[in-house]
Amino acid sequence: MKPQALILQARGTNRDFDVAEAIRMAGMDAIFIPLNELRINKKHLLDFQMLILPGGFSYADSLGAGKLLALDLNSYFKEEISVFIESGKPVIGICNGFQALVKSGILPGDGEWNLENGSLPATLTFNEKGRFECRWVYIKPVSQKCVWTKGLDELIECPIAHGEGNFQTINHKLLTMIESNDQIALTYTHTDGSSANGEYPINPNGSILDIAGICNPQGNVLGLMPHPENHIRAFQHPNWTRGVSGHSGLVLFQNGVRYASSL
Amino acid sequence: MIVHRVITCPIQSDPRAAKILSAAHVLEFHQLQRVECQNLYFIESQLSHEELQQLALKLFNDPITQSVTSDEVPSKSPAPASFKSDTVILEVALRPGVTDPVVQEIVRAAHELGFLSVHRVATGLRFILQYESSVSKSEANFLSASISAALLANGVIQHWKIGHIEPYFPEEVESTGAVETISIRNLSDGELLALSQDRRAALDLNEMKAIQAYCCKENRDLTDVEFETIAQTWSEHCVHKTFKAKIDVRYPGHEARASSIDSLIKTYLKSATEEIDAPWIRSAFVDNAGIIDFDDEFEVSFKVETHNHPSAIEPFGGANTGVGGVIRDVLGVSHKPIANTDVLCFGGQTTSFDRLPKGVLHPRRIMSGVVSGVQDYGNKTGIPTVNGAILFDEGYTANPLVFCGCIGIAPKGLHTRTPQEYDRIIILGGRTGRDGLRGATFSSMTMNAKTGEVAGASVQIGDPITEKGLIDVVIRARDLKLYHAITDCGAGGLSSAVGEISAAIGADIELKSVRLKYAGLAPWEVWLSEAQERMVLAVAPQNISALQELCDTFDTELTDIGVFTGNHRLVVRYDSNIVLNLDNEFLHEGIPQRQLKAIIDNSICGDAKAEYQISNIETKDVLLKLLSHPNITSKSSVIHLYDYEVQGGTVIKPLTGVQADAPSDAAVIHPLVTKGPTGIAIANGINPEYGKRDAYNMALAVVDEAVRNLVATGADPSHIAILDNFCWGDPLCPETLGSLVEAARGCHDAALLFQTPFISGKDSLNNEYLGADGQQHAIPPTLLISSIGIMEDITKAVTTDLKEAGNTLFLVGEFKPVFGSSHFNLVADEAIEEAVPSVSAITPKVFHAAHQAIQSGLIRAAHDLSEGGLSVAIAEMCIGGRLGAKLTLNASDPLRTLFGETTGCLLLEASEGKKDMLLNLFRDLPIQRIGMVTKEPILNIQFSTFTAIDLTVDQVVRAWNQPLQPEIMQ
Repeated sequence: MKPQALILQARGTNRDFDVAEAIRMAGMDAIFIPLNELRINKKHLLDFQMLILPGGFSYADSLGAGKLLALDLNSYFKEEISVFIESGKPVIGICNGFQALVKSGILPGDGEWNLENGSLPATLTFNEKGRFECRWVYIKPVSQKCVWTKGLDELIECPIAHGEGNFQTINHKLLTMIESNDQIALTYTHTDGSSANGEYPINPNGSILDIAGICNPQGNVLGLMPHPENHIRAFQHPNWTRGVSGHSGLVLFQNGVRYASSL
Repeated sequence: MIVHRVITCPIQSDPRAAKILSAAHVLEFHQLQRVECQNLYFIESQLSHEELQQLALKLFNDPITQSVTSDEVPSKSPAPASFKSDTVILEVALRPGVTDPVVQEIVRAAHELGFLSVHRVATGLRFILQYESSVSKSEANFLSASISAALLANGVIQHWKIGHIEPYFPEEVESTGAVETISIRNLSDGELLALSQDRRAALDLNEMKAIQAYCCKENRDLTDVEFETIAQTWSEHCVHKTFKAKIDVRYPGHEARASSIDSLIKTYLKSATEEIDAPWIRSAFVDNAGIIDFDDEFEVSFKVETHNHPSAIEPFGGANTGVGGVIRDVLGVSHKPIANTDVLCFGGQTTSFDRLPKGVLHPRRIMSGVVSGVQDYGNKTGIPTVNGAILFDEGYTANPLVFCGCIGIAPKGLHTRTPQEYDRIIILGGRTGRDGLRGATFSSMTMNAKTGEVAGASVQIGDPITEKGLIDVVIRARDLKLYHAITDCGAGGLSSAVGEISAAIGADIELKSVRLKYAGLAPWEVWLSEAQERMVLAVAPQNISALQELCDTFDTELTDIGVFTGNHRLVVRYDSNIVLNLDNEFLHEGIPQRQLKAIIDNSICGDAKAEYQISNIETKDVLLKLLSHPNITSKSSVIHLYDYEVQGGTVIKPLTGVQADAPSDAAVIHPLVTKGPTGIAIANGINPEYGKRDAYNMALAVVDEAVRNLVATGADPSHIAILDNFCWGDPLCPETLGSLVEAARGCHDAALLFQTPFISGKDSLNNEYLGADGQQHAIPPTLLISSIGIMEDITKAVTTDLKEAGNTLFLVGEFKPVFGSSHFNLVADEAIEEAVPSVSAITPKVFHAAHQAIQSGLIRAAHDLSEGGLSVAIAEMCIGGRLGAKLTLNASDPLRTLFGETTGCLLLEASEGKKDMLLNLFRDLPIQRIGMVTKEPILNIQFSTFTAIDLTVDQVVRAWNQPLQPEIMQ
């Protein structure tokens, strides 16, 4: 039997089918499970080899994108998710999924870096320009610790589509730790791979250090704002009519699937 | 219960506040120096102070971006000391009954965190407005009131207050279920009309008399539920009575030509579809959306709606629910929505406030609100917005037009539309409130300065996440074959949805079963409410539990409100008492045909070609002005606000080229569920400028445009379906109706010429505004033709951007440029008055040849000639490729060649090696070799005697990237 990925569907999830396609192309079965269904049998999560939190607008982004989905993760599945992560199985949160991973405290530090009053040390807030934007970006795989980006040396081209993708931390110390821990998984770059240095729209949302994605200290949980699942075929690339061949988003999923299959 | 306030304040720079400040400065409120925006949450609960603080910390806090404070309402403490006398605190909250999708999420989350005593929540906004120190307290209050009215609150849905505002929680009063009896049998003509007006029914005397006759026949009076139901069912919005009317047409000066038309729909639109008789049409005009074949396995649907009147008074909510409504149309044919389109028409963004009719929102505010509304709904339902247009004209100042389209896909054979006797009548989705009462009749009325005030109840606010749940449930229920019929709740609410779905069989409804947002609704209000996000299904009793299970999984409410009976009567009860009992035939067929008069005066159309004499025109400047014209300039600032990538199928995107900033002619979708290379191309044609002068030729031209945009992208011209959307003024004005008749005739002739059948249509009439000045303001006659084509192989699609230096440029099609109603006339100092372009009979052949060329791989880039003519088309191709073009034109009239507008023409880029094959394909058709693509990024256009255009591509790009909403107003 092929390894299986669980795609968690919350109220308002909408890139679930897109990521399922990417995972299947990468060689793994993708199974959709609505959150309410998983609540009935929480342990079912542990039957899967990968957990995917897809993009969308869970609970209408009320009180901040990903916030209420994060609350669900902590209220209903805290133990199961923590067992899943500790066992080393891969987890990916894309866009809204990334927001939920950060706002549940799973990223960047599995809750270890939470503040004294329980507040979170990092957030994804409103884009610097103050608006939702959909546009294509270049992202560079950086982390060699992250099982999803490890060994990838080519830039990935894919769209972003978000209003709250601006990654910020509570202080510089935490940022340095994330960096020195090799937890910066992906950054926004120019076409040639050089740093965006905060320049809009190369860095489309104002994220600190041009961060597009981060992983947990263990390296098996990745959260990212861009949508590599929307660039898994040549004809999704904006310039395919100019002979530019694409699908550079697929490698990330192939990497994750390869890792999941090796466990 | 106590009501607590929780306030969150951003602690970093806040783009929302910055936008308000800059908008206030645009409106010349220069005394305003600083703005702070805070979010207000009103929590009705029995929480202790400590619990409240915990809740605030857990639910509302994000220490990196915002601080949170909480206290009780009403606050006894005055404004914090840090606010000086030149600072005003202004709070905004929603009016009673306005949908607020966030609050239910907050209540749910509070309960999830264990704060079970949280009962209800309301939200608001709090603005800290700081003025120059020279501004006195009373001045500051006065300025704040003006800023609030202009920018911060819309009185239709919100109220505001300087200082602390009270939230509104609806009182939980039970409805008495009282039903009013309306005596009609003995009313005089005058009294009948007065009744129609009093109840805002928009029915004319004949229609009122038909109701009277029915009452006499049944020997009884009507209940208010019955009267309102008839008014909704017979509204222009629901039955299109103008398009079904008998029209006497008169031609001044040509009295012998007088004629009579029995129904515009039958005569011009359906007849064209029947005559073309395309084998790939699966459903035209009969269902919620038109349906055509996609491939052997799938079919696709397309529907375009308008939501003009609601968008005029509450732009965000109006556009938001416009998108929501058309998505449900597609869901109403059991299709999964896969793409949205939006065509928007606004007044000039720099209109001065003095020229604004009273009671009308500024076009800037309308545009911002409409665009946000489209963005919010499309993005949150996960449907890519892939095609559209934005046009500006003074005529849209009071009556903006919002066309919302949706495309869906489904495996063939799954959509069923026949309810069975004993099936249950099921509502899925949102709850029912007072939202949008009398929306159908409201949309059929002319607006006046007070419309905003009295029609407040007609405004609906959408809840896209509930709609997303509906989509998730309906598509699965369809695959499991859990229902026999489905329709959406649109204008007229349940009355119209249940009325339609049960028309052939009959229904018995219990209104008390309908789940309400708040109690206290009268029976007629429940029955007619236009609360959003509801579908009505016919479900066999044995399938209810399976459907309920699906609904539970996707957090969607299911309500059983009655049964299909088979007795051909519509019976509605409240608490078992019958409040409506009407004969279906009377309700659906009893409306008398309207008798209307039209006058067609073609003398205003102008001469075919005028002689003109304009010297000293700097052609380069005209081109730059055209590129900067709001109708032509880049729409990228809006396009990027829409998620055009979700669902992963957008293979030709709304913007194209090296920098992804040039316009595409059409979008191409390769739906994720399909496996083959087949795709869908989507485009539109619209030209109100032509409409002002010559409605018939305008219709031909926009059908041509809608088709040529598809052809330019690679769609097969023999597999294109089109949709009509007519937005006109008052059809009771014979001249207005005359131009509508001419446009419909043009639609008919164009459809036959191009063999493109109509599969669906919509009209929005009475787009007129009676200003406080007593003048009637009507919109330009506006016809939107939306087109959908099948592309057998998406890998053959071409885009508009120039691809490679050295390639040859060809102009194909009958090139007959004219200036009538051209954009040249809009930017030139002196307009050249002549006829609008006509459509050549040879054009379909040109399109087929172009398609052949694209299919054969001869074409690298293609772009159609539209507003601004040849020069604008080639400039846009240069922008896309960031390459130059050198054109050598052989024409006696350079100005006409460069800027005149024509139909049926495309610019094609082909490599030198493919040139002969292309010429061969066009051997009996108009084709001109006009130039080549150059590496040097310069647009150079030569005539035999002089250089007309010599611009760097950078200059062209700069001109084309004008902001749609300039910062400084003239």
